[in-house]
Parts: sequence; structure tokens; C-alpha cells
Amino acid sequence: MQVLIPTSLRSYTRVSRVDAIGATLGDVLADLDRQFPGIRFRMLDEQDQLRPNMRVFVNGEAIRDPAHTLRPTDDVSIVQALSGG
Amino acid sequence: MVRTPVQPTARRQLVKPAAERTSRSQPPRRLILLVATRKGAWIFHGDAKRKSWRADGPHFLGHIVSHLRLDPRDGRTLLAAAKTGHLGPTVFRSTNLGRSWKEATQPPAFAKAPEGVAGVAGRTVDHTFWLTPGHASERDTWYAGTSPQGLFRSEDGGVTWAPFSSINDDPQYRAWMGTVQDGTPDGPKLHSIIVDPRDPAHLYFAMSSGGVHESTDGGRNWATLVKGLEVVEGFDSSTLTFHDPHVVRLCPSNPDRLYQQNHCGIYRLDRPSDEWLRVGRKMPKRVGDIGFPLVVHPRDDNVAWVFPMDGTSVWPRTSPQGRPAVYATRNGGKTWQRLDTGLPAGQAWWTVKRQAMTADAQDPVGLYFGTTSGELWHSPDEGARWSCIAQHLPEIYAVEAVELA
Repeated sequence: MQVLIPTSLRSYTRVSRVDAIGATLGDVLADLDRQFPGIRFRMLDEQDQLRPNMRVFVNGEAIRDPAHTLRPTDDVSIVQALSGG
Repeated sequence: MVRTPVQPTARRQLVKPAAERTSRSQPPRRLILLVATRKGAWIFHGDAKRKSWRADGPHFLGHIVSHLRLDPRDGRTLLAAAKTGHLGPTVFRSTNLGRSWKEATQPPAFAKAPEGVAGVAGRTVDHTFWLTPGHASERDTWYAGTSPQGLFRSEDGGVTWAPFSSINDDPQYRAWMGTVQDGTPDGPKLHSIIVDPRDPAHLYFAMSSGGVHESTDGGRNWATLVKGLEVVEGFDSSTLTFHDPHVVRLCPSNPDRLYQQNHCGIYRLDRPSDEWLRVGRKMPKRVGDIGFPLVVHPRDDNVAWVFPMDGTSVWPRTSPQGRPAVYATRNGGKTWQRLDTGLPAGQAWWTVKRQAMTADAQDPVGLYFGTTSGELWHSPDEGARWSCIAQHLPEIYAVEAVELA
């Protein structure tokens, strides 16, 4: 499936959209880390929780549970919270 | 975990302290300043006379860089502790003095909480705060302190990091660390990781809050080291949570002498004693002995410098009366001398964080500090005269001076 990468993480991917595979959101993030080492820990902490200022949308719906199941046709968007500072 | 009393006098002599290896007759070497800021890192290259400086940076623009250290064992490997406002923490590593960087494959991270065990909450590293190269005899070994408090070790030059379970997961230490609400506004810190230059197994570290701790067996067992330290009035000094050491420094010329800038004063400790002496009582009353940084002389254990801060009322964390100054002792804390020639005479409301003041090893010693307002200051003569190297940097978190061959 296609995954939209935020600008803050493009130092890893170099492009805004990448392909990843996985049956769950956690699997997809693990696949991203396999392709782009280090990227997962910037998004998920060591307790496997999405970091406070990271958000993931699946087909436009906000998802925080890494166990959320995905279909190959799902559109995954990773964005950082809109708060600044 | 067993906490056994330590016997500092029994340590074995493995290598000479760094200061003993420094000869005054050696020609001056090239100096660089490693400057970590809230918005990235800079490397300032100085000439042999410490008169002109060239800025290299920013590295990691937009990253909160808490500490940038050079590996003194190879003179070219840099580690940077970094995160951004939105992304998780990491450690970057360069083996060519910052020309290129690679990320740690396993940055400092706490152990994952066991699944299905009620009441056991896993912690998460918000940022790596402190980096210390390991002993000269242990190539590629590094230590890291995090926020919230955690102690980590790398044995591969900072590529992968392993937690010290004897600290991070110990129920007593977890209680002493308190909660995030007990920490500083930037989060509670583990800092001041010190390796005895005579013995790689002899370690110190400090926690804000949580006191000072010592191990003589490489970190398997730890003992507290807070006797003589004061806590905020009205609190019980026997409770480690109330102890807030801001920074601890070991004298390279005499590793049995340590100085400490604490939330409640300036202290000195001479081993094998385990009782700190509050030497800051001799500071002028209008200035007080509260602050964050403390720097020791590379060759004279009677000499140390501090940068006092306004710790009255709501803790403004500014220079007292808006008049910044370094204070020096040349007799182990018996007396203190104000050193402010060249610094602003008034209306300067910045201060200096605990990692943001340092010394080189030249003769006379050069002193350096970075301010919360983004200025980098230098004294080529042990604090007698000050001049500004750089302005308009982001808030400076750490400054390290290192000499290259």
C-alpha cells in the first residue's frame, strides 16, 4: 500500500510517498523501518505507542492502535500534529 | 539489587589521569567547540591562539540537540543526542568530525513493559540528555543519561545502546526518580556520568532529581552519595527524591576530588570521605550559590568556576540582578572571586545551562560558555577577560571544548 510520509521524516525516505506491506499498522511501520532504518522509533516509542505528536490516518480515519488491521488497498497517511512551537 | 558501601581507596590504578599526560611544553593544538542548541548543533573551529573562530553549521537544523561530544580516544568520532519537537529521540554519529552523519541503529530506549501485568507501566525516553565517552582503555564504550532518568551504555561507539537494568528497572531507583512532575520544566534528567580515569569500573552519575550515585563494579551495584547535601527547606534530606544535583565534576588532576553545583549550593567532596562540604557558603550573599554549570581546572584541583543564577522567589533562572558573572575559587572553595570583565554590566537576563560551560586544557586555561540567549563567550585567561565569539544562535544547551592533534 501507499504511505504518505511527512516532511519531518523525508530525511529517511527522500520522497513523499512510499510503498509498504503489512497486515496491521504496526506491521507497516515495521516494514518502513526495514526499508528506512531508524524511522519507526521516531514515530513509535519503546512501548509501541504512537508518539504524542504523531498521527496516522487510514482512509481518512485517525488511527492510534498499531494493531489496527489494514487491507492492501488502504491509503495510509502519517502526519505530525499541527501544533507548532 | 544489592547496594554495598564502596571503598574508593581500593581502586586499582590503571592509567594516568588525562591532566598528567598533558605537558605544558607541548605546542598548542587546534581547538574546536562543540555547541549543542535547541535548534541544531554547531562546530566552532579555533586557531592555535584561540583568537579567531570559524562556524561550521548548523548540523541537524531544527533538532533539539542536548549534547554533542567528541570521542577523545580517536579524536574524530562525534556523537549527538537529538530529537525534534514531534519526532522521537535518537543519537547521530559521525566518524569524520561532522562531515557526514549516520543514525544509531538502536538509540537509548527503556525496556518494554511486560504485557498483561497490571500496574507495571513502561517508560519512554523523551530525549537523551547527557553523553560521556567511556574509559580510555575501553575503546568504543560510551554512557548516556536520559530524560526521564535512565542510564545506558554502548560498546560499539554509539551504534547500539543497552539499558542499565540495575538503575532503570530497579523499584528503589524508580521511586527515587519521582515522576515527571518532580523534574525540571524540561523533564527530569540523569546526568554527570563520570568514569574514574584510574578505573573503568568506578562510575558516578547524578539525577535531577534523585541524588548522586556511585559504583565500583562497572554498574552492577550502586551506593548513594548524598551525605552533607542539603535539600529545599522543609523537606527530608533522607529522601533521595528531594536531592537535586545540577552537575558533578571530577578533577582530572586529582580524581579523588569532586565538585558539585546543586539546587541547594556548591559542594566539594574529597574521597575517601563520603560527606560533601558546602563550599558555596563563601559566595557573596547578594549572589548566592545557586546555579547550574561548574567547571574544574584540568591541572589544579583547587580551582573551579561557577556561573551563579537567580534562584530566588519563582526561580527566574537569570543572572542575579541581570549582571552575569563567573565566580572562581583558587583554594578549593574557601574564597570566591567575581570575574566579569568584558561581560555586560547590566540588563543581561540570560543564564548558562549545566552542560553549557567548559574549559580547554591549555595554559592559561581557556573558558567557554553558551547562554540561554544564544551567545557564545570565551576567556583565554581563566576568566580574567571575556569576549563574545558568536551571537544570535538558538538557546545553547551544551558547549564542549576539545583539542585536535
